[in-house]
Formats: sequence, structure tokens, C-alpha cells
Amino acid sequence: MSGQELLFLLSGLKWTLALSAVGFVTGAVFGLLIALLRTSPNAITAKIAEYYIAVFQGTPLLMQLFVVYFGLPLLGLKLDAWIAVAIGFTLHASAYLGEIWRGAIQAVPRGQTEAANALALSYWPRMKDIILPQALRISLPATVGFLVQLIKGTSLAALVGFIELSLAGKFIANQTFRPLIVYSVVGLLYFIICWPLSLYGTRLERKFAATSR
Amino acid sequence: MTVTLEVAQSSSPTSASVPMIVMEHVEKWYGQFKALSDIDLTVRTGEKIVLCGPSGSGKSTLIRCINHLEAYNKGRITVGGKVLGDDPKIIDAIRREVGMVFQQFNLFPHMTVLQNCTLSPMRTRGLDKKAAEAIARRLLDRVRILDQADKYPAQLSGGQQQRVAIARALCMEPKVMLFDEPTSALDPEMVKEVLDTMISLAEDGMTMICVTHEMGFARQVADRVIFMAAGEIIEEGHPKDFFTAPRHERTRAFLGEILRHH
Ligand SMILES: Nc1ncnc2c1ncn2[C@@H]1O[C@H](COP(=O)(O)OP(=O)(O)O)[C@@H](O)[C@H]1O
Ligand SMILES: [Mg+2]
Repeated sequence: MSGQELLFLLSGLKWTLALSAVGFVTGAVFGLLIALLRTSPNAITAKIAEYYIAVFQGTPLLMQLFVVYFGLPLLGLKLDAWIAVAIGFTLHASAYLGEIWRGAIQAVPRGQTEAANALALSYWPRMKDIILPQALRISLPATVGFLVQLIKGTSLAALVGFIELSLAGKFIANQTFRPLIVYSVVGLLYFIICWPLSLYGTRLERKFAATSR
Repeated sequence: MTVTLEVAQSSSPTSASVPMIVMEHVEKWYGQFKALSDIDLTVRTGEKIVLCGPSGSGKSTLIRCINHLEAYNKGRITVGGKVLGDDPKIIDAIRREVGMVFQQFNLFPHMTVLQNCTLSPMRTRGLDKKAAEAIARRLLDRVRILDQADKYPAQLSGGQQQRVAIARALCMEPKVMLFDEPTSALDPEMVKEVLDTMISLAEDGMTMICVTHEMGFARQVADRVIFMAAGEIIEEGHPKDFFTAPRHERTRAFLGEILRHH
């Protein structure tokens, strides 16, 4: 594999990371909203958030990408592949993070909400200052775990022609006729990114288990 | 049942005549289960009430209705002259005047002792950080825990945590304090420090309702002891009469139980 081919793989890696980052960050913003709606005392918004989560958790990510990429143009919205997959991953991540954080919010002991209520704190300060900081801590291992899944999941974007790491690998493999070497390098790149994150997640989990005993 | 006491102990006739809390025919249901039944209770300003009764008799439910941690279903509750209903503004106003201390402390674990005490005064009373911290330091000093102000709750003993919880409630400068079994989760050697704090609060004239089975505390500070069973107020009286001559069989049985365990 030449230096130029390796550079091409690295530019694929760059897009994998960019897509992961955009999906995760915008997914986190909307995911927080979903989690708050899902746990809100308003039965209607809670139901809407529940269905949103159910739809995105109950269908394959690939179908979601196809719907955004092929479906939205049918409605007259012509989208760049990059924008389409970014939207697809944002929707996907917001549903999963929303569900993870819903669980975390509900795992904060009831006494915390009661103490906040007794102190006359209204919804926003109660959430922002008391519940969410504790929920975030509880959810951290699962959140990191989801980020790892998301990074690996970006390879599905290849199927709508978005040139990220795995599709870049396919091009180089076809060009060099050395799929074994090329895909090994591709796999190694994924591993270098994901493994430390996984370790970090496991460590957080152990730390959390130790302090919550 | 009438609850206005004829004994006027307070020297100030105006404050003695103004009831702080009035509960009239209050009923509370959890689904099909009636947790409070026809509760009538008037608490005068400065009065100290001890509420006792077997587990599940509705003591927590009763005091939690006063600050609307539980909504009541029938009757009427008035706190500081305001009728407690569904209006969030009134609920908030009442909560700002009613402090509560829980069995499990419920301190905010991710905040220091000082932050626990300043959060609500800053958020709900519009105090700036400096003013809120000044109040917090004064009250932490009062419960004798000022030296721990920068620690986290998990670094404190149970008794210390409960004193912080009392200071946190006092930082709102409430007119009433509700205590829900504040010493039940404590190791025996820490009970006294919390009771002493409550006694000093009582001596300063705070209006208090304390759910507790600490009968020594009741004898020392209570103006009235109220006995509940199965969601009803069965009997009430001055601690002297209540402990020496309980009128109802259930009260006698309960007191017998308590004395055997202490
Ligand atoms: N959230 C709730 N849902 C259903 N039942 C409840 C709830 N809270 C309390 N109860 C019931 O109401 C009764 C009174 O409870 P509580 O006020 O906690 O009693 P106490 O404080 O005297 O031990 C108990 O039988 C309890 O099981
Ligand atoms: Mg109770």
C-alpha cells in the first residue's frame, strides 16, 4: 500500500470521525430534549417522545439512512450525501441517547426531586442543578458505550455513497487487489479509536459501581 | 374533633391567635387506598407538635400534604393564611415558607455543604451568591458544622448530614419546619446531636411538626403530641397527659410497644 493510498484511508477516517462527532453532538442536544420530554409530567409530550424512541430503536439504522437519503428528495428536498447522513445519524443518536438519559434521570433517587420541591425549586433549576448532573454521571458508561457503537455504525453511511473509512478501504482494496492488508489496516484504525473509548467506559462503570455501593 | 388549645402559652396574643397551619377535613387517597381520613389540625404560630403512630399510619403523608409533596383530595389546607390548592404560584410561595427535613437527609451529593445551602436561596429568593453564602455560613454555624462547609455530603457522618439538611432548610428562612423521622436513619450515637439541634430550634420559637418516636424529645419540647393510626388522628394532648394517661386503647398499645423498644 502506497503512502498516497494510506492518505486516502486517513481522509476516510477523517470523515468517519466528523460524522461521528456531528451525530453525537447534535444527537446529544436533541437526545437531551427527548429525555426531558419523555420524563416530563405532561402525558402527551411524554408519549410523543416514547413513540419517537420506539421508531428509531425499532428499525435498522440503514433503513433510517435510506429514508433520509432517498426519501427526502422525493419530498423535493435535495440533500448532499454528507447532510443526509448527518441528519440520519442525528435522528438515530437522539433516540438512543434520549432513552439512555431517560433511564438515568429516572435512576436519580426520588428523594432528590422531593428535596428540591420542598426547597421550592422549580422545574428548570431542579433539572439543571440537581437531576441532570447526577443523571449524566449515572449515564456516562452507557453514553460512552453508545458513542463506540455510533463510530462503528458510521460505516453504514458507505451504503448511500458517503466516503468514510470503510468505503475508502473498499476503493483501495479494489485498486490494489490486496483486501486482506487493506481491511486489516481499516480495522486497525477503527480499533485504535474505539478500544480506548471502550476501556474508558468500562473504567467509568467500575468506578460508578464502587461509589454507589 | 376540635384542636384549638385553650392553654395560651405564648406571650404575644397576636401571633398566638394566628394559626400557621389549618387542616380541615383533609382526605388523601392513593388510588383505592385511603391514607388520610378526615384530618382536622390547627397549628398555632410557634407551636411544636410531635406526631407519632405505627408505621403506615399516614404520618409522612400528613406532613407531606402541607408542602404539597403529596396533593390532598378533599378538605382544605391553609398555610400562613394561603389556601393550598393546585395553583403553582401558591404552592411555590408556601414551599418557600415551609422547610422540610427527611429521614434519608436527601442532600445533593454532587454539591458541597455550602452549595447545598445556597442553591435555593439564590434560585428562589433572588439572593446573590454573597448574600446566600452569608446566610448559609450563619446557619451552618448555628448547627455547629461550619467547619465542614466545603466538604461533600458523603464525607460527613449521618448526624452531620442531617444537621446540614436542617441548615439547608433554615436558609430559606421558613416560618414552619416539618421533620419526617429525622433520627430514624441514624446510628444511635448520632441521634442526640440532631435532637439537640431541633431542641435549640424549638427554643428559638420555630413552629414545628415533628414525626418522631423520640419520646424524650416529645416530653421536652412538644406543646402537643398527636397519635395517628390508619390515617386518622386518634388522640392528642399535652405530653404530660398523653404519656401518663392515654385515653385510647390503641394509644396505650402503641406507647407500650415504643417503651419496650427504647
Ligand atoms: N406513593 C404511595 N402510593 C401508594 N401508597 C402509599 C404511597 N405512599 C404511602 N402509601 C401508603 O399510605 C399509607 C401511609 O403511609 P405513610 O404516610 O408513609 O405512613 P407513615 O409515615 O405513618 O409510616 C401506608 O399504608 C403506605 O403504604
Ligand atoms: Mg413515614
